[in-house]
Amino acid sequence: MRVKTKPFGEIEVDERQRLEFPRGIFGFEGLRSYLLLDSSQPPFYWLQSLERPGVAFVLVDPRAFVPDYQLDVAEEDLAEIGVESPDELLDFVIVTIPPDPREMTANLQGPIVVNRRTRAARQCISRNLDYGVRHRVLGPAAAAGRR
Amino acid sequence: MLVLARRVNERILIGDSIEVFVVDIKGDQVKIGIKAPRDVRVYRQEVLEAIQKQNVEAAQATPETLPDLRGLLPPGTGL
Repeated sequence: MRVKTKPFGEIEVDERQRLEFPRGIFGFEGLRSYLLLDSSQPPFYWLQSLERPGVAFVLVDPRAFVPDYQLDVAEEDLAEIGVESPDELLDFVIVTIPPDPREMTANLQGPIVVNRRTRAARQCISRNLDYGVRHRVLGPAAAAGRR
Repeated sequence: MLVLARRVNERILIGDSIEVFVVDIKGDQVKIGIKAPRDVRVYRQEVLEAIQKQNVEAAQATPETLPDLRGLLPPGTGL
């Protein structure tokens, strides 16, 4: 199907890239259908709203930046999207990109979980309250060292 | 909003299936226990609000193209 996307303009996508969020995403509860798209720069992905072309989020696998990251969400949250075994589960976090990309942060408090099999997804609230909504992804040391 | 005064160990029932317990009171902090069905989400309000705000900011800030991240990613990332 052809869809309008923020990062790539109008593109052809496969139904298998479509995710349904029965509860939407916090702050965007009315939007339920999204596309998960590769970006030009792994391990980043795009989560593009199918209902509002201007709404798109950058996602990343938090393990790329937070070595000991553990997904810690309620079993009920996973059951709600039909997760029956761990290999069905994919999880990401939403990235906020300010004008200086070195200041990029990830929301570790509100991970996005996806069921690969059913293509249902939701945003959860992490039970680990040490994780913030603005976790420096590139790290001050990393940012300073790479110029 | 319904406002009720409760002492420690007193309970409030909401609907058919939600119970709120006053577990302990110490100084200005109340320890509240909540019994609710699994499909009813119970959140600290400020955590939910922080996530909502951050989502909105992330959506607004999202550029149309990803900035060039070469040289910014830790070694071995994205392989």
